[in-house]
Amino acid sequence: MSYIIDRRLNGKHKSSVNRQRFLRRYREHIRKAVEEAVNERSIKDLDRGERITIPQKDIHEPSFGHGQGGTGSIVHPGNKEFITGDRIPKPKGGSGSGSGNGDASDSGEGEDDFVFQISQEEFLDYVFEDLALPNLLKKELKEIKEFSLRHAGVVSDGTPSKLNIVRSMRHAYARRMVMSGGPRRQLKEVEAEIAHLLAQDSVLRDDHRLAELEEQKALLEQKISSTPFLDTYDLRYNHHVKEPKPSSQAVMFCVMDVSGSMTQETKNIAKRFFILLYLFLRRNYEKIDVIFIRHHTSAKEVSEEEFFYSRETGGTIVSSALKLMNKIIEERYPSDSWNIYAAQASDGDNWDDDSMICRKILEEEIVDKVQYFTYIEITPRDHQSLWYSYEQVQAAHPKYFSMRHITDVGDIYPVFRDLFQRRQHESSGQ
Amino acid sequence: MSQVASKKKRQFLSEGPEWSFELIQKYDEEIGKIAREYGLDTYPNQIEIISSEQMMDAYASVGMPLGYHHWSYGKQFLEVEQNYKRGRMGLAYEIVINSSPCIAYLMEENNMMMQALVIAHACYGHNSFFKGNYLFKTWTDATAIIDYLVFAKKYVQECEEKYGVEEVELTLDSCHALMNFGVDRYKRPVPLSAQEEQFRQDEREQILQQQVNDLWRTIPITEKDEEAAKKERVFPSEPQENLLYFLEKHAPLLRPWQRELIRIVRKMAQYFYPQRQTQVMNEGWASFWHYTLMNTLYDKGKVNDGFILEFLQSHTNVVYQPSFDSPYYSGINPYALGFAMYSDIKRMCENPTEEDREWFPDIVGKPWVEVLDFAMRNFKDESFILQYLSPKLMRDFRFFGMENDVLDPFVEIKEIHNGEGFQKLRERLSQQYNLSYREPNIQVQKVNINGDRSLVLRHVMDGDRPLNDDTVEVIKHFRRLWGFDVRLESWGKNGLVQTYTCAPDE
Repeated sequence: MSYIIDRRLNGKHKSSVNRQRFLRRYREHIRKAVEEAVNERSIKDLDRGERITIPQKDIHEPSFGHGQGGTGSIVHPGNKEFITGDRIPKPKGGSGSGSGNGDASDSGEGEDDFVFQISQEEFLDYVFEDLALPNLLKKELKEIKEFSLRHAGVVSDGTPSKLNIVRSMRHAYARRMVMSGGPRRQLKEVEAEIAHLLAQDSVLRDDHRLAELEEQKALLEQKISSTPFLDTYDLRYNHHVKEPKPSSQAVMFCVMDVSGSMTQETKNIAKRFFILLYLFLRRNYEKIDVIFIRHHTSAKEVSEEEFFYSRETGGTIVSSALKLMNKIIEERYPSDSWNIYAAQASDGDNWDDDSMICRKILEEEIVDKVQYFTYIEITPRDHQSLWYSYEQVQAAHPKYFSMRHITDVGDIYPVFRDLFQRRQHESSGQ
Repeated sequence: MSQVASKKKRQFLSEGPEWSFELIQKYDEEIGKIAREYGLDTYPNQIEIISSEQMMDAYASVGMPLGYHHWSYGKQFLEVEQNYKRGRMGLAYEIVINSSPCIAYLMEENNMMMQALVIAHACYGHNSFFKGNYLFKTWTDATAIIDYLVFAKKYVQECEEKYGVEEVELTLDSCHALMNFGVDRYKRPVPLSAQEEQFRQDEREQILQQQVNDLWRTIPITEKDEEAAKKERVFPSEPQENLLYFLEKHAPLLRPWQRELIRIVRKMAQYFYPQRQTQVMNEGWASFWHYTLMNTLYDKGKVNDGFILEFLQSHTNVVYQPSFDSPYYSGINPYALGFAMYSDIKRMCENPTEEDREWFPDIVGKPWVEVLDFAMRNFKDESFILQYLSPKLMRDFRFFGMENDVLDPFVEIKEIHNGEGFQKLRERLSQQYNLSYREPNIQVQKVNINGDRSLVLRHVMDGDRPLNDDTVEVIKHFRRLWGFDVRLESWGKNGLVQTYTCAPDE
C-alpha cells in the first residue's frame, strides 16, 4: 500500500536558514561586491538585487583525496582505434585524468567561481549595514503617531473576542465551590445517615425518618445542580492599553550647489551621494523629515523631484542656502524638539567674501542647533576658500561637524560610510 | 453505447499528459501489482508531490527530508538555484530516501508519463534495492533514520542555543572535512534508534569524559609501574581507520557536546556509505525495473502507444553513454552501465551464446528473476562488476583500460575489449569502483600520550599517488578537534615520502 501526499503547500523555504548562515559566513565577500556595485550602478537602479561572486578557493570545503601524480588507472568507453600497447602522447592542458575521481560534482565546475544572487532587500541591508545617524537624541516627543498595545492584566468587562477562557473557568469553578459548599456538606451528612439507617436491621429501621432523609437528599441534590455552571459574574477579559511609542523626531537638510561651476559630473556625484543618503534615511528612519535645498546665487526649498531632476543653474552664493536652512529651522524645526541633520555638497566654488559669511552663520547659528553637519566637497582641483573656512568650523566642533573630499564616483560610498559609521558608544547609549 | 465502445478498446489508465492524484494512485496500484508479480520486495511507499522550489530544498539537504542547519547546505542550495534558474541544469525527476516507509518525491511539473516512470523507478526499483541489498541491510536501519534526523536536528539546535552558532559551526566544519573518514568499513554498527540515542546520550557524555580523562591522567604513577606502563601504552594499539570515531572517543579537550556532534556527522556518513558503494548497482537496478515494469504495463494494454514511445525516449536519455571523446562525456554513466549489466544477465539466462556458457556457466538457463535477485542482494559495485560484466558488454561499450604515469609523457593503453583483455579490463573497471582505491588510505597511527600529545596520521600511498592540495587544510580541521599537533605522513613502497603539518596557531 502506498501513501500519496500533497506537499506542495508546505513551506518552500526550508533552506532559508542555511542560506542566511551562508550569507553570514561570506559577509566580507558580499560587502565588497556591494561596495563595488554601489559605485558602478547608475542612480536609478541603485536599489536592486546583486550578483555576488566568490572565488572557488574561498568557498571550497576541503577533504582528503588523491592529487595529481603517481600512477593512475582508468577505463573509458567508446574505443575506436586503440589496440593494446598503444602509447598516446598526453594532451598538453589536460592531465589525462590520472585517477577515477570520486566526486563528479566537484570536477564538473571545478574552476568556476561561485556566483549567486542576493535580493534587493538583502542588497540594501548590506549597503546600509552598521550605519546610523550620529548624536540622535530622544528630544521632546511632540508628534506621537504610533501606539502599541500592551497587555495590562485581566478585567471583568470587555468584548467577547478578548475573553480569557482559563481565567473565566477558574472563577466559575471557585464560585460553584463556594455556592454549593453548604448544601454539599449537608448532603454528605444526609447520605451518611441514610447509609447508617440502611445498614440497620429492617425491623429496627425508622422508615419515617428514612423517607424524610430521602426527600431532604433530593432537595439538596437539586440545589447543588441548580448552581449555574457559568455566570456572567465569572467572565474575565484580557485587557490591553494603548501606549504611545516614542520616536525621535529628526529632520535632514540636503543642501546642494547647482551653480554653473558645477559640471555635469560633479552634479552627478552630488546627486549620487544624496540618493544614497535619501535611501538610507527612508529605509532606516521611517519617520524622518527630509528638506531639500538647492542653491546658486539664491537658495530655494524644493521637492524631491525637483531636487534631483531640475536643471536650473546660476552663480554661487553658498551662504544663501545656509540662511534659508537657518530660517526653516527657526520656523518649523525648533532644535529643542527636533534632531537636526544637514548634508551639504558643493564643488567648493564660492564668492570670495561669502565663505567668511558661511563660517559665521555656521558657527553662530547652525552648529549649536544641529546634531550633525556633513560637508562634502566634490572637486578634482585644489580647495578654495570655502573648504578652509569650513576646516576652522570642524576644528572647533569636531563632534558635530564633518567634512570630506570626493574626487570621483568611487569615493562616494566609502565617504558615505565613513560619515555615518555607527559609533560604538552611541549604539549602546540608545 | 459508450460501454460497448470502451470494452472493445483496451483499458488505458489515462489518455492525456495531465496527472491527478487519482491517476497517480491508479498507476501506483497497477505498477505495484506487476512489481509483486516479479517478486520485488519493498518497504511501503510514501509518495510526496512537491514543487520545484521544494525539490531544490531537498537537493540542498542531500535529499534528506530534514537536517541540521549548516552554511554548506545554504551554499548547495544557492548553487542549485542559480544553475536551475539559468537553465544550466534540469532538476532530477525524483529523489528517493532510504527509509521505511520509503519516501519518494515527485515534482508537480512532470507529466503523467514521468510520474509513472518515477514511481516505477523509485518506489519499486530503488525501494526494493534498499530493502534487499546486503550493504543497506547491514549499515542502515530504514525504520529509524527519520527519527534520528529529528534527534540530530534538535540536538544541533540546542547546542547552538547553549554554545553559540559559531562554536557549533566550527566543530561541524571540521567534522564535515573528515566525513568520508568517519566510516567503519568492516565492523557492523549497532542499528541506531532515536529513542535509545536520547536515552543513552547523557550517560554516554559522562562515561566518555571519564574514559578520556583516564587516558590523559596526569597523576604520577608509582616508579615500579612506570617501566611496564611505558611499554604497554602504545596508543592506539592498532591503527584506526575511522578518524571521526577516534576523535570522538579519544580527543582530549573536546567537550561532551562536541563529541556528540562528531557522532552525528559520523552516523550520517555511515548512513550514506552504502549509497556511495552501490551507484551502478542501485541506479542500474532501478532503471532495469522501470524499463521492465513500464513495458509490462504496455503489454497488458494499460497504456497507449504515445505513452510508451515517450517513455522510451526518456529512458534512452537516461541510459545514454557518450564515448570518451564526446564533449558530453563525464565518466561512465552508472545508469547506463548498471542497466546494461542487469539486462545482459537477463539475456544470458534466456538466450545464452556459446561465449556466455563458457564465462557464466552458473547462470545460463536459470530463471532470470532469481538470478537477478541474487545479484542485487549480495554485491556492491566493485564485486558486482567483477562477477557479472560479460565480454559482450565490454565489446558493446567498447571499453578500454589505460594507465597514466605522471612522469611519462605518454599514456599507455593496457587492454581493450578483446579475448586477452577481458579479464584484466574487468578487474580494472572493478577497481575503479572500489572506494578504498578512490579514496586515500589514511589512519591514525600513533599518539604521543606521555609527551606533547601530538598525533601522527599515516597515509599509505597507492600507486604512488600523492594527496591533493586540500591536505593541509584538512589537517587543520583535524587539529582543531584533536587539540594538539597533528602530522600526516605519506608512506610509499620505499618508506616515508612526504610529511604534512600545519602551523600551530590557526
